Amino acid sequence: MIPRVMVIGGGIAGMQAALDVANSGYEVVLVERLPSIGGHMAQLSETFPTLDCAQCIMTPRTVEVGHHDNIQLMTYSEVESVEGEAGAFRVRLRREPTYVDWDVCTGCGLCQQKCPFKVESDFERGVGPRKAIYTLSPQAVPNKPVIDPDACKWLLSRAEREAQGKRPQCGACAKLCPTESIRFDDEPLYFEEEVGAIILATGYDLMSPARLPEYGGGTIPDVIDGLAFERLLASSGPTAGAVQRPSDGREPETIVFVQCAGSRDPERGAPYCSKICCMYTAKQAMLYKHRVHHGHAHVFYIDIRAGGKRYEEFIRRGIEEEGTLYHRGKVSKIYRDGDKVVVRGADTLSGEQVEIAADLVVLAMAVLPRADAPDIAGRLGIEIDENGFFVSRDDEFDPAVSTRPGVYLAGVATGPKDIPETVGQASGAAGKVLGLFRQWQAQRQLEGVL
Amino acid sequence: MGIPYFPGCTLSTTATGYDRSGRAVAAALGMPLDEIEGWQCCGATFPLTTDNSMAFVAPTRILTQAEHAGDTMTTLCTVCYHVLKRSQAALDRDPEMLERINWFTEQPYTGQVRVTHLLEMLRDELTWEGLREAVKRPLEGLHVAPYYGCLLLRPADEMQLDDPERPTILADCMKALGAEVIDFPYAVECCGSYLAVEKAEVPERLGKQIVESAKDSGADCIVTACPLCQFNLDHPQRDYHPPYVGDAAESLGLIRGVPVLYFTQLIAVALDLPRPDWGMDGLYVDPMPFFDEDAWGVVREDEEEEEAAL
Repeated sequence: MIPRVMVIGGGIAGMQAALDVANSGYEVVLVERLPSIGGHMAQLSETFPTLDCAQCIMTPRTVEVGHHDNIQLMTYSEVESVEGEAGAFRVRLRREPTYVDWDVCTGCGLCQQKCPFKVESDFERGVGPRKAIYTLSPQAVPNKPVIDPDACKWLLSRAEREAQGKRPQCGACAKLCPTESIRFDDEPLYFEEEVGAIILATGYDLMSPARLPEYGGGTIPDVIDGLAFERLLASSGPTAGAVQRPSDGREPETIVFVQCAGSRDPERGAPYCSKICCMYTAKQAMLYKHRVHHGHAHVFYIDIRAGGKRYEEFIRRGIEEEGTLYHRGKVSKIYRDGDKVVVRGADTLSGEQVEIAADLVVLAMAVLPRADAPDIAGRLGIEIDENGFFVSRDDEFDPAVSTRPGVYLAGVATGPKDIPETVGQASGAAGKVLGLFRQWQAQRQLEGVL
Repeated sequence: MGIPYFPGCTLSTTATGYDRSGRAVAAALGMPLDEIEGWQCCGATFPLTTDNSMAFVAPTRILTQAEHAGDTMTTLCTVCYHVLKRSQAALDRDPEMLERINWFTEQPYTGQVRVTHLLEMLRDELTWEGLREAVKRPLEGLHVAPYYGCLLLRPADEMQLDDPERPTILADCMKALGAEVIDFPYAVECCGSYLAVEKAEVPERLGKQIVESAKDSGADCIVTACPLCQFNLDHPQRDYHPPYVGDAAESLGLIRGVPVLYFTQLIAVALDLPRPDWGMDGLYVDPMPFFDEDAWGVVREDEEEEEAAL
C-alpha cells in the first residue's frame, strides 16, 4: 500500500484535490498536460455570482500548489499507461520536450519578448496571439516557458539547414537568454511513478462552433465562443479587458449572446444541459455593460436555469439593474451582412421573429468531455457514459468514486459543473482517498498487533 | 437503355422547360433519361400522418415501377425527389405498412431501387470533373447564386444528399460550368413552399427577401433545382425589370430583377447544345440579357467591348 496519490489534471478540481490531500500530510503527484496549471479557470475574467476576479482568487492556490512540499508538480506531461491496482499503481508518464532547462531558467520573460514568431494561442481562444516560446499567462505556475516545435523557426529549419551544413535560422531566445537555458536538442522524458490512488480531474472542452453551420460554423470572425469572450473581458487577456471585436478591433455596440449553442440539442450537438451557460452569459452581459455603458446586450435563451446560491438574484440583477435584454427563443440563423452579424431568432413570448444586427455574437457552446476521454478511460480501466463523461460508481451516493477501485473522479470530466460544485466534488474525492489511506494504516496497525 | 426517369406533374405542365433541358443535358452527358411508363402523381407532399398507409400508395407504386425499370431511378423535381426518398425510408422502417400496401396494390415492392436526383447522378456518376470536361462555353463572368431551399436537403438523415446548412452540390455544379459562385446567407432558407396556394403573401415576402439577399451579394442570377422554389422566387419579381435595364432605369425607381434559372438550363448553355425551347423566355425576369441569343453562349465582356467599339 503506497500512501501517495496521483492527481491527473491541474485545473481547479485537480488543484483542490491535490491541496486537500497534501495538507493532510500525504504526497501528491499532480500531472498537467499544459505547461502550467490553472485549467479553464485561469482563462476566466470574473466569476459568478460574486464577480470576483478569477485570476486573483485562484493565484494563491496555484502558487500554493507550486510551492507545496508534499506536491510534486509534473506539467507538460501526460499519462502513458497505468498498471497495477488500488494500493499500488505504476503510472508511466511522458513529459513533452520543453526545449528550456527549467532548472536554469529564471522565468525572466526576455525570450518571449524577443521571439519574432507569433502564432494563434489556444489559451487566448483565437482572440490573441502568443510567441513560439511562451508561457500561458504572466501568472503561470510554473512560470517557465516552453518552445512550440510547430512554430519555432530554429526547430522547423533545423533538418534542412543542417543538411546544407548551415546553422538553423533565428535562435534569438538562445542568444539572448541570460542564463543560457535554451536546449534545442531536448527530448521527451519518461517517468514512472508509484501511487496508491489516482484522482482523475481532466476537465472539459467547449464544442467547436464548426459543428453548428447554422451559426456560421466558425467562419465568421465576430462570432466567438464563451471562453473567447472571457479572454476579451479578462484584464490579463490580449486586450487588457477592453471589449474589442476580433475582425476590426472596434468596440461592439450591440452584442448578442446565444445560450444552448449545441447544448440540449440531441440532433446536432449534446443532448444534455451544460449547466454553466445561463450564469456565465448573465455575467458576461453584465461585465460588457460595465465596460461599454451605452452598449446593448441581448440574450437568447430556452429557459433560465439558475439553481445555485444567489444565482437567481444574480440573473434578476442583470435584467433589472444592468438592462440586459432577454429574448426567450432559439436562434435559427447567424450570418454576416457587411460589417454586421445578423442574428435571426424567435421570441416565443411575443410570438414574433426577431432579427438583430449585432457587432459581436457570443455563443455559449456546449460543454463536452475531452476528445481523448475514451482513451484516458481505456488506459485507466474505467467507464465512460454515452456522452463521453466518466462514470461514477453511483451518481447519487458516490459521485467522486469511479467504477475501478482506487480511481477517483472530480470536476467536469464527470459532467458539466460550475466552480463551487467542482471544488466540492474535488474535496470529496480527496476525502475518499484520505479515508482509504487511513483504512490501510489501521489495517497495518492491526496486523502489527496480531 | 437510359436511367428510369420520373418527371412528375409539375415538369409535365408548368415547368416543361426544366424537363426538356434536363433530358437534353442528361442525353448530351451520356446518361439519357427513360421516362417510367404509366407513372402517376407522387402525392406532392410527404405524408406526415404515418398511420395512414393510403397516402403512401402513390409513391410506393412509382418506386415499384422504377424497380422494374432499373436499379437506379432519377428525378428532376425536388418535391418528387423528397416524397419518393422519404417514402422509401418510411417503408424501410415499417415492414408492416409495406406488406399492407403491397397487398393493396398487388404489385410487390421490394425496396431495391436507388432514388436519385439528377444533381446526384452528375456528382456521383459523371463527377464534376467529367462535367467540366464536357463544357464547351464556360459561363465565365456569370455570377450565379445557388439556391437550395429545403426539400432537396431536409431532413438530412433521410435525404442524405448534402449538408443541410452548408450544402455545396449546386455550387460545385456551377463551378464545373465555369461560373462564379456567389455565397449568400439565404441559400438554404425556405421559399414559402405550398403557401403560394393558400397564403400567397408569405412566399411573396420570403421570395423577395431571398432575391434581395442574392442581389446584394452580387448575383447576376439565381440557380435552383426545384420548380416550386423557382416560382416562389421568380413570381414576386413580376414587376421588376430585366437586368439589361441598367443603372439608368434604377435611378428612375425601377427595380432590377434577378433571373431564377434551373441548373439544367445553365448546363445546356455551357454545353452549347442546339437551341430548342428550354422555357428560358417564359420566366418573369428575363434571363436572356446574359446570353447571346444566337449562339446560346455567355456574352463575354471583351465581346461587349468589341461591339461597343464597332
